[in-house]
Amino acid sequence: MTVLQIVFLVTGFVTLLAGVMVVASPKLVHAALWLIVSLAGVAVLFVLLNANFLAVVQVVVYIGAIAILIIFAVMLTRRVMADTGPTHNPSWWLALISALVLLGGLLALILQVPAFAQAGPTAQPAADSGLSDLGTALVDVNRFLLPFEVASVLLLAALIGAMAIARPADAAEEGGE
Amino acid sequence: MGDPFGLIGQWLMDLVTGWGMQPVAALTLLRFLGAAILATVLLLVCFLLIVAERKLLGRFQDRYGPNRVGPWGVFQTVADFVKLIGKEIVVPDGIDKPVYWLAPLLVVMSVVGIWAVVPFAPGFLGTDLNVGILYIVSVGAIGTLGIIMAGWSSNNKFALLGAFRAVAQLVSYEIPMVLTLLVPTMLAGSMGIAAIVEAQKDMWFITAAPLAALVFLISSVAENGRAPFDLMEGESEIVAGFNIEYGGLAFGMFYVGEFLHAFTVGVLFSTLFLGGWQGPGAEQFPLLGLVYFFAKAFVVWFITVWIRGSFPRVRIDQLLSLNWKFLTPLALLIVSLTAVVDKLAVEQGWSRILALLAANGALFVGTMAVLGAYGRSVRLREERLRATAGGLSTGIAR
Repeated sequence: MTVLQIVFLVTGFVTLLAGVMVVASPKLVHAALWLIVSLAGVAVLFVLLNANFLAVVQVVVYIGAIAILIIFAVMLTRRVMADTGPTHNPSWWLALISALVLLGGLLALILQVPAFAQAGPTAQPAADSGLSDLGTALVDVNRFLLPFEVASVLLLAALIGAMAIARPADAAEEGGE
Repeated sequence: MGDPFGLIGQWLMDLVTGWGMQPVAALTLLRFLGAAILATVLLLVCFLLIVAERKLLGRFQDRYGPNRVGPWGVFQTVADFVKLIGKEIVVPDGIDKPVYWLAPLLVVMSVVGIWAVVPFAPGFLGTDLNVGILYIVSVGAIGTLGIIMAGWSSNNKFALLGAFRAVAQLVSYEIPMVLTLLVPTMLAGSMGIAAIVEAQKDMWFITAAPLAALVFLISSVAENGRAPFDLMEGESEIVAGFNIEYGGLAFGMFYVGEFLHAFTVGVLFSTLFLGGWQGPGAEQFPLLGLVYFFAKAFVVWFITVWIRGSFPRVRIDQLLSLNWKFLTPLALLIVSLTAVVDKLAVEQGWSRILALLAANGALFVGTMAVLGAYGRSVRLREERLRATAGGLSTGIAR
């Protein structure tokens, strides 16, 4: 067993454990912090795959923005220090079934990828070429320009919608005060 | 004296492999050793930084600063450090223990981690990551997480308020900072820090992107959370903010993290906009590059201390307006303008720096005109309100 495999196994175990703790932790903020551990574990997996860009973006977007906003929202909306309610509700078995179905579907899809048919690891492309390829792919008409732009429009719409909801009805005149 | 740092590395490598170690294991060991040395040296340098900053602040505010311990008070921090070690560790009731103790570690880690990708001199850097810029942003984000964990786990209203302010401030100011980081990336054509320094061989990027440099400096000072943006620990408002329940060395870690971050801002600014170690003769004599690097970093650090000593604290609404209504739109404009002008200049054969400088100048004049008009409109509205209120109860009239 090589060092890389050991690191992979440890990271995978920590990621999965943190994932379980997200749903099992009695405190809401602890669940959010476990989520961060889990996301960081995925970032380490990206590093092991030589995908530095994805790893760093994973940390910037998921830990730096999304997880912090989740914690922030939890802090603002609940009595955080005293919040130890039950962690599951009567329909937990439905969630379990849907999670298993999702897992099965994903596995079936992933196993169709040709690279998984081979046994050993395939050669990893150099990190730099992958990054510039990603950049050009996003602005290439023949490749991912359309999904990229659709996602941008969707985000813009969400942004404007959030502003419209958050704005008080009588705040039209309000300026820099 | 061609490549002293490479020679040292090679010598160490030979030494360790000479003891019968596998090359891979030896490389791993040396990497860990390098990281440990870098972090230790940084924290030791911080002793000097803290005392220098306190002396400077003293002079800016027309007082002496620390002057009792050692010659000119240079050992003041050592004395403070000994005091902090000797203090009893007071743990408040009702805290969330693991989170409480993890928070100061994360804060210091986020600052020290940035130094892993900073090139000190030609051939002397921790690791040349091809996404170095994004790495800096991501490591900084972990510091935000540490602050929010500290504020939440302390079981204290003021600490929680400080954490709220910290998130509002740090997450907001990250946006103009990241946007302006795109400008050196575009100019150098790479996100690697070493490549960005190499690209500034002929001319520093501050000549091609002065506005981006300014916005980066402002948002970095805000990310650092010091005056005039020290809202998350506003002493007169929320006692000490997120770190109120920390004492002894745990508080010392927040303190060291803040002071080291201030110097890190100088280092990043000089690396991205002032050419890093570039300077006359630095290619031949890498040690000279080290001198240039630290000289530039200290100049920028001095400016941030100067800002700290000169400006009063802003209000939270002013802080957020400055970011969302001024810096973020300006940074967006800078990025799009730089992209278009740079592309045009390369294709049309214009002088790239002159074209970018002209674009920056036009943007500066336009920004100033818009700001002036906005200021006039605010003053006009206030006057009208005062007139309608009839001179009575002007304080509460909206």
